[in-house]
Amino acid sequence: MDVDLFKAIGDATRRTILDELTEKDGQTLFEICGRLTMKHGLTSSRQAISQHLAMLEQAGLVHTRRQGRYKFHHIDTSPLRSIVERWPIDREEPNP
Amino acid sequence: MIRINITSVFVDDQAKALEFYTEKLGFIKKHDVPTGDARWLTVVSPANPDGVELLLEPDGHPAAKPFKKALTDDGIPFTQFAVDDVYAEVDRLKGLGVQFTQDAVDMGPVVTAVFDDTCGNLIQLATMK
Repeated sequence: MDVDLFKAIGDATRRTILDELTEKDGQTLFEICGRLTMKHGLTSSRQAISQHLAMLEQAGLVHTRRQGRYKFHHIDTSPLRSIVERWPIDREEPNP
Repeated sequence: MIRINITSVFVDDQAKALEFYTEKLGFIKKHDVPTGDARWLTVVSPANPDGVELLLEPDGHPAAKPFKKALTDDGIPFTQFAVDDVYAEVDRLKGLGVQFTQDAVDMGPVVTAVFDDTCGNLIQLATMK
């Protein structure tokens, strides 16, 4: 599980996909591809993006939902909680 | 000089398509000629009635439906129409019950949205900035 999670967020394109799903949850593959190309200048193929999404889904960070004839991708950040459970974040120290 | 006079979209039912493309989208019927079991059925934009015609073409060929399905499965629009203001057009069409797979999104030089034409296609709306 952790291996999939760290591998999933260890790639810049996949992190950008998560950024875009954070901005607007529930996107078709086409919309994700469009955002990566038009907003981020990424030129990955549709197949490559599809594989990125499969890895994110495997890590539990993305869920797909079928609605009629279309498939939407949704972000799920809950697996990230395992990171801070493993390495807790200290309370913020006040500035000296 | 060569120029584009017609482009087409594959529809599963021409009568239903004509209704959607005229009553919801706002195109005007241009040609409606019986051709055997189908019609040569075209619509045009009221902004340019003598401009490019859109042929509402039957999707009866065995290759057409799998092609349309494959595009729709990935959310890919078949073609694009221009509007003055995508945001306003999305609101207007949603008010008429049109389903969108992508709301208006600012993509940099262009704002786009994607809707279902009820005839088996996704269509993109675009406003160039």
